[in-house]
Amino acid sequence: MEKIIKGKAFVLGDNIDTDQIIPAEHLVYSLTDPGELKNYGKYALSGVPLGGAGLPNGGTSFVDEGNYESKFNIIIGGANFGCGSSREHAPFALQVAGAKVIVAESYARIFFRNSVDGGFVIPFDTPQKLNDKIKTGDELEIDLAANKLKNYTSEEEYQLNPLGDILPIIEAGNIFEYARQNNMI
Amino acid sequence: MGMTITEKILAKASGRDRVVPGENIWLNVDVLMTHDVCGPPTIGIWKREFGEKAKIWDKQKLVVFPDHYIFTANAQANRNVNILREFAKEFDIPNYYDVGTERYKGVCHIALAEEGYNIPGTVLFGTDSHTCTSGAFGMFSTGVGNTDAAFILGTGKIWEKVPESLKFIFDGELPNYLTAKDLILQVLGDITTDGGTYRALEFDGSTVFAMQMDERMTLTNMAIEAGAMNGIIKADEVTEKYVKERTKAEYEIFESDADAKYRSVYKYDTSKIEPLVAKPHSPDNRDTVRNVRGTKLTKCYIGSCTGGKLSDFMNAAKIIFGNTVKVPTFIVPASTFVARQLEEETISGVSLKQIFENAGCVIAQSSCAACLGGPSDTIGRAADGEVVISTTNRNFPGRMGSKKSEVYLASPYTVASSALTGVITDPREFL
Ligand code: SF4
Repeated sequence: MEKIIKGKAFVLGDNIDTDQIIPAEHLVYSLTDPGELKNYGKYALSGVPLGGAGLPNGGTSFVDEGNYESKFNIIIGGANFGCGSSREHAPFALQVAGAKVIVAESYARIFFRNSVDGGFVIPFDTPQKLNDKIKTGDELEIDLAANKLKNYTSEEEYQLNPLGDILPIIEAGNIFEYARQNNMI
Repeated sequence: MGMTITEKILAKASGRDRVVPGENIWLNVDVLMTHDVCGPPTIGIWKREFGEKAKIWDKQKLVVFPDHYIFTANAQANRNVNILREFAKEFDIPNYYDVGTERYKGVCHIALAEEGYNIPGTVLFGTDSHTCTSGAFGMFSTGVGNTDAAFILGTGKIWEKVPESLKFIFDGELPNYLTAKDLILQVLGDITTDGGTYRALEFDGSTVFAMQMDERMTLTNMAIEAGAMNGIIKADEVTEKYVKERTKAEYEIFESDADAKYRSVYKYDTSKIEPLVAKPHSPDNRDTVRNVRGTKLTKCYIGSCTGGKLSDFMNAAKIIFGNTVKVPTFIVPASTFVARQLEEETISGVSLKQIFENAGCVIAQSSCAACLGGPSDTIGRAADGEVVISTTNRNFPGRMGSKKSEVYLASPYTVASSALTGVITDPREFL
């Protein structure tokens, strides 16, 4: 696993629900066929109302028209990220679009679990609200070992809450790989 | 620093002396429950990941209830039940309650209680968000996705993040026009649909401990409507009596320490609460019945894991007794056990079933039915333009059927009173 993740920020507001992350009408694509599954990337975060997409200004699509991958790979959210249904397609879509890390104030529990256990994206939570401090397009660096987020654009640095016991699952890739490595299965 | 009841149970299940909110810990699971909607994909992931030698960690601890899409001609729904049936046969699952047999139970959360799977101090996971219902028995219970359920199925283990707790204290006698449903709607209006995210909701106070298990389950059932991980009520004599009648299993009773830490504590004088509704389209869109009285209805619905228990029908029957309903009214007993009780329990010598039939209600077979809409042939399903008042737990757009319908959530008293008038009616007019 990479210990340092660098990339551009895509900033969202509070209560981003699973229908905004991947609208229900797109749940029809195969999750295993490579030709089909890239559609999850294409439509990732396509349900976010344009005004709230890419804060503070809004109006920025996560994935450009006609593309299957995003140029942003770190998502900065607010409170209650991933609320709504329990669909595992949501963190999967973010992964397919190229997102590696989400940094949010808090998560809906089932989304958080699905992200970690399915090995889709790394969900960090934060002691303070960051989606009003970081701007879409800012160049960020996340140090997974030190739990630090560095913003090269604003030259600020923030502490993230430690991943704790879920770090080994993230390092292994997903919960099943973790269990195999530890002779649990 | 003391611990809450939730922290103590999680500490025990993780083999530790103490746990702290925010920590991720590994738990030994006592029971895994699944049903016809999430069971088949869970089994699929389990087979993919564990391969040829896939083994269930402990067959006695797996409980499978077909309950969601049961009485339907829908091919995909029936295929799901078939997958469960085949799985139960192939792996010789003792706790499978097949539809079409004597063993069929109905809605999983109520069946778990009735069949003695809810045991104080234990840890229960289920592939259904309302698995939090079992917390009424002084245990930890919560819902998970299919990946997690597949993992539990193979290992009996799962990690969980220890939640912070919120405490809700209801004191005083419950007035004769209120039920547990009014109390939980009060809470949801106060903390909203994300007020409980990643937290435990602990219910306490003299009002709560004066309730029977049916009513306590109405409180914990809707913890998830606030985004909560679990809802919990300490076990007392009422709990012990219920549990002992159903299982010989040993149990351990935990309670919160006096100096346990809560994120917030809410105190209510129960006598000051009014009959409440959640207006369309969210369970936290609270208002008093008084403010929405007179709203014209097309349908009334009494059923589901939160509103289809014996106490719910007893309360509804008190109001409906000797009267006739003005709009189509559906009675959906959560379980086959509740359905039998409707025939046995009486008011002034008349069975509840007879009371509802005499009033012109439609009595359906036990299942989730229209609580979550279901296939187009589901009984009680909301059609375009309908305005429904229901004892169920969710009223998001389309939840009970058509996206163009509106659903009000309310207590069985309020729904029954409204059934008699055809408009939303305050139960105090009948009590
Ligand atoms: S009755 Fe409704 S809320 Fe309860 S398990 Fe069934 S669908 Fe879910």
